[in-house]
Amino acid sequence: MNESQPIILLKDIRKNFGQTEVLNNINLYVLKNEFVTLLGPSGCGKTTTLRIIGGFETPDSGDIFFEGQRINNLPPYQRNVNTVFQKYALFPHMNVYDNIAFGLKIKGTDKPAISKKVDEMLEMVNLQGFHKRSVDSLSGGQQQRVAIARALVNQPEVLLLDEPLGALDLKLRKEMQVELKNIHKRTGITFVYVTHDQEEALTMSDTIVVMNKGKIQQIGTPQMIYNEPKNAFVADFIGESNIIEGRMLKDYCVEFAGRVFECLDKGFEPNEDIDVVVRPEDIKLVHSDTGMISGVVKSVTFKGVHFEMLVEGQGVTWTLHNTEMAEVGATIGMSLNPNDIHIMKKTARG
Amino acid sequence: MVKRIIMKSYLGLVLLFMYLPIVVLIVFSFNKSKSRGNWSGFTLKWYGELFQNSQIMDSLYNTLLLALISSVVAVIIGTFAAIGIHNMKKFKKSVVMNLTYLPVLNPDIVTGVSLMIMFVFIGSLIGLKMGFLTMLLAHITFNIPYVILSVLPKLKQMNKHLYEAALDLGATSMYALRKVIMPEIMPGIISGFLMAFTLSIDDFVISYFTAGSGVSNLSITIYSMARTGVKPTINALSTLMFVSVLLLLILINIRASREEKRKRQYDA
Repeated sequence: MNESQPIILLKDIRKNFGQTEVLNNINLYVLKNEFVTLLGPSGCGKTTTLRIIGGFETPDSGDIFFEGQRINNLPPYQRNVNTVFQKYALFPHMNVYDNIAFGLKIKGTDKPAISKKVDEMLEMVNLQGFHKRSVDSLSGGQQQRVAIARALVNQPEVLLLDEPLGALDLKLRKEMQVELKNIHKRTGITFVYVTHDQEEALTMSDTIVVMNKGKIQQIGTPQMIYNEPKNAFVADFIGESNIIEGRMLKDYCVEFAGRVFECLDKGFEPNEDIDVVVRPEDIKLVHSDTGMISGVVKSVTFKGVHFEMLVEGQGVTWTLHNTEMAEVGATIGMSLNPNDIHIMKKTARG
Repeated sequence: MVKRIIMKSYLGLVLLFMYLPIVVLIVFSFNKSKSRGNWSGFTLKWYGELFQNSQIMDSLYNTLLLALISSVVAVIIGTFAAIGIHNMKKFKKSVVMNLTYLPVLNPDIVTGVSLMIMFVFIGSLIGLKMGFLTMLLAHITFNIPYVILSVLPKLKQMNKHLYEAALDLGATSMYALRKVIMPEIMPGIISGFLMAFTLSIDDFVISYFTAGSGVSNLSITIYSMARTGVKPTINALSTLMFVSVLLLLILINIRASREEKRKRQYDA
């Protein structure tokens, strides 16, 4: 197949559940071997999008293509796609071996071949020797691995993962993130991953699709999404940020928080109202005389790697992340580089 | 201390009232004389007579056959109905659930009489005579709701993505039903079957109205025998019935507690 042709293509997908609009005009493509993450708060439509790709929901309007073929009405069992479900959905009455072998048995694979493939899969997910174990006796992390093995053994073109790590504790989640990433690299299978955890999305993905209220807000690489959020929702959802209302005076020149700043953005109307995004770690802490903005420290919280400070100045409450701390009540100066100031078009928030 | 004695004796009194009649029944089934007033020595002769009484043996055969067929058919219909109800939308589901509960709450006499009238009416149209078949149909009818009510909770407990997971792995709907859904709800199906079986053996009122002449099950036979005075063979028969129902009940409870244990292990 042609490398540049998308393996999955969603065109103008709309979906309502009763009166509720779940998906509003979703347009999205996924390339072969890509790791795409659908990211958004709960109820944003990310899981529904995944279920449409898997064949568990049909769109009210719009089309879904798989390798160029329209598959709107293809049942799940005829799609070359496998899913890792949110709560694993392992078959409780079968042991680990039978769970993984389920798909192969349906395909009519002969016994020695099934056995060999199951072994390979168990090795890949680090569960050698677990064949006979009952699913009930496994820990959450182990069940997760079995679910991944059960899906991957069928060698799907695309693996769909619906918040697969949601039920695991933080440490295990981090480990599994690395492992999933490795499996993705090793197998070359296209991954479509659903999560509400922005950090997870940033760590793992090639492409992130940020969704909210049934609409796609932004599609881009993790760097793009983080550094150039398209609107206030994305900025707010991806990492912490200060969002300040401002005015674009002319190209490369923006006014907010009571003064004029140099910036790198252009192409706005003169005097257009805009939102300014400043990441907390980009605000430099300087002496109160030399800062661009001065403010009074309201609170300081220790966060491990850095301190989080809330500073009031120029009618704005600024969130700062810095490895050095200022005393509560002290007056400090804050300074910004032009490339730390991100300008976004005004949109309705949230 | 006094409070505890009162509590205990209250419970004892309740149990006494509930089980004294059965204890008396069982004791007198081993009584040598026909009298119900005094004990005149241990015997098993009533049990022997019981098994030689062809009327009783015929109705026992009818009862067991009826219970077996009606519960198997009810299990098949009820299980599919439960799966259908489980997948319904909220409003439709609650309507159908209430329709399901109604026959359970409906007095047996009403069910019995209405079934009889319907069988007479339809029978006159298609030439169906009251007999074993009508009784069987009646038993299937009143058994279905109990099967539905014992299978539905199992469906609710099941991870709702199991069916989808099976489809996702290439199973057709039928294959997924057979290999994934059925094994999952099997405990519910079995308790539904046991309950239907017991209820069918237990039933008198509905059977009485739908049996017609010529066929009878145990409860009808005992009823007609008792009209001419309760013979000790009836004591023996009733004892045997009580013991079989007791065994079934114990069986159901053991199953339930095993299930519980398995679940607890899973949660831990």
